[in-house]
Amino acid sequence: MTDRRSFLRIAIMGTASLIVAGCDRISQSSWGPKVLGKAEGLNRRVQALLAPSSAMAKEYTEADISSVFHPNGTTMPNTPAYQTLMANQFRDYKLQVDGMVSHPAMLSIDDLKKLDTRTQITRHDCVEGWSAIGKWQGTLLSAVLDHVGADPQARFVVFHCFDEMDVDTPYYESVDIDEARHPQTLLAFGLNDKPLPVPNGAPLRLRVGRQLGYKQAKYLSRIEVVKSFDAIGDGKGGYWEDQGYEWYAGI
Amino acid sequence: MSPQPSRRLVYRHTLPIRIMHWINVIALSLMLFSGLQIFNAHPSLYWGNRSDKGKELLTLDAHQDSAGNLVGTTRIGSLEFTTTGVLGVSKGSDGTPEVRGFPSWLTVPGAGWLAMGRRWHFFFAWVFVLNGLCYVGYSLARRHLQRDLWPTRSDWRGIGHSILDHIRFKHPHGEEALRYNILQRLAYLIVIFVFGVGIVLMGLAMSPRMDAVLSPLVEAVGGRQSARTIHFIIAWAFVAFVLIHLFEVLISGVFNQLRGMITGYYKVDAGKGHTSDPDETISAEERSHD
Repeated sequence: MTDRRSFLRIAIMGTASLIVAGCDRISQSSWGPKVLGKAEGLNRRVQALLAPSSAMAKEYTEADISSVFHPNGTTMPNTPAYQTLMANQFRDYKLQVDGMVSHPAMLSIDDLKKLDTRTQITRHDCVEGWSAIGKWQGTLLSAVLDHVGADPQARFVVFHCFDEMDVDTPYYESVDIDEARHPQTLLAFGLNDKPLPVPNGAPLRLRVGRQLGYKQAKYLSRIEVVKSFDAIGDGKGGYWEDQGYEWYAGI
Repeated sequence: MSPQPSRRLVYRHTLPIRIMHWINVIALSLMLFSGLQIFNAHPSLYWGNRSDKGKELLTLDAHQDSAGNLVGTTRIGSLEFTTTGVLGVSKGSDGTPEVRGFPSWLTVPGAGWLAMGRRWHFFFAWVFVLNGLCYVGYSLARRHLQRDLWPTRSDWRGIGHSILDHIRFKHPHGEEALRYNILQRLAYLIVIFVFGVGIVLMGLAMSPRMDAVLSPLVEAVGGRQSARTIHFIIAWAFVAFVLIHLFEVLISGVFNQLRGMITGYYKVDAGKGHTSDPDETISAEERSHD
């Protein structure tokens, strides 16, 4: 009986190990990840068809808000530029907006508050699998794009951040114009009726209602309107994208 | 006296069914392995919309004992089990114990690599869905679903008998073995339409973009974290089905069953233990031409 059981265990573990080892060779090949990655384009196109670009993320009630909004990734940027701003409670903070715009601008939080703002209670879904719900207060990104006169030819908005993930590797992210102009896409300065706390991305972060957490760039320093993000970072459109994650983070 | 052959081969599974069966084996295996890789990124399950600390339904965790050794634990509700070596803590690809939910021999990739696990998972999710749609379409068109899987009234009447036969590991021989019994029919229908459809819907319910249109479904099952929990449970229900399926294949003549699903031909004992009925022979012949 014990013999049979250990035989079974070895047989199952052995078969599984063989499959895993075979898959690992494919994962490390030059073609494997590209072929497997074909699903991303399919996901993006089919999801855009099933859930049109105007579709809104569900908004929750005050009762649904997480008591602690778990901060993930960087929780305290250690760059001198950020530390200087933080020492002064971000009073000197200005968001740089440039790229394909007719009037590049430096916008303070007060400047942003003068544009169209929105408050929304939405769910944050991390790529790791967990979810949290928060009440976000921020300026509509579409209002900022209109304010600076974004070129209609532009295709993406790139978000540059203060936090460095590695030496000289700042966090960055990007969304397409469709997502950027969605009414739930905010440059958020408030969380749960308070100024955005440092662990959650003070003084300004991105909120995209219908994509995973790594899209929600924190510690924004600059937003750049572009036609292509090929020349930024490793050219995949974001820090995590450069590490192999999908640019389309709708699933 | 016409000598009746005591055994004959019947063409049981058509080529498309055989191809789709083996595609499904590959897709389900890789989705399980890559799914466990994804699960390992946050090895806890919750109910509702939020992942609140302290409200885990299940957690694979690790801590150090007084001697400094890593101890893996599995917590289900308030129950805690030590599962070092398999769950919570197990040997990594380099052979040293490491903190990880499921062990490296059960995850694709073997090492912790969420981005690559997602690529495998979503690629084979499409394979699984398209293969499943082809199967349902083909089975409806060829009346496989209606004729072979949908239970007849007499199937329902024989359910008690069928349960007893299964408990006694008694398998039908001869022509009767060509027909799916009531428990097989119910098992296949539940696996296809409850597990299969359910796991895809729960997967979609975890997608933030899809939730813009699927939020009624998400809320109906309790929230996004509930959908994740149900997705996980159905994955293991698939594993349970496969284990029972393999067990039944093993005890009902593994070579004959494998030949059936590879070449299509299944051997039956003609006339053994039942009276030869010319009509039944014809119906089996008809089957061989479909």
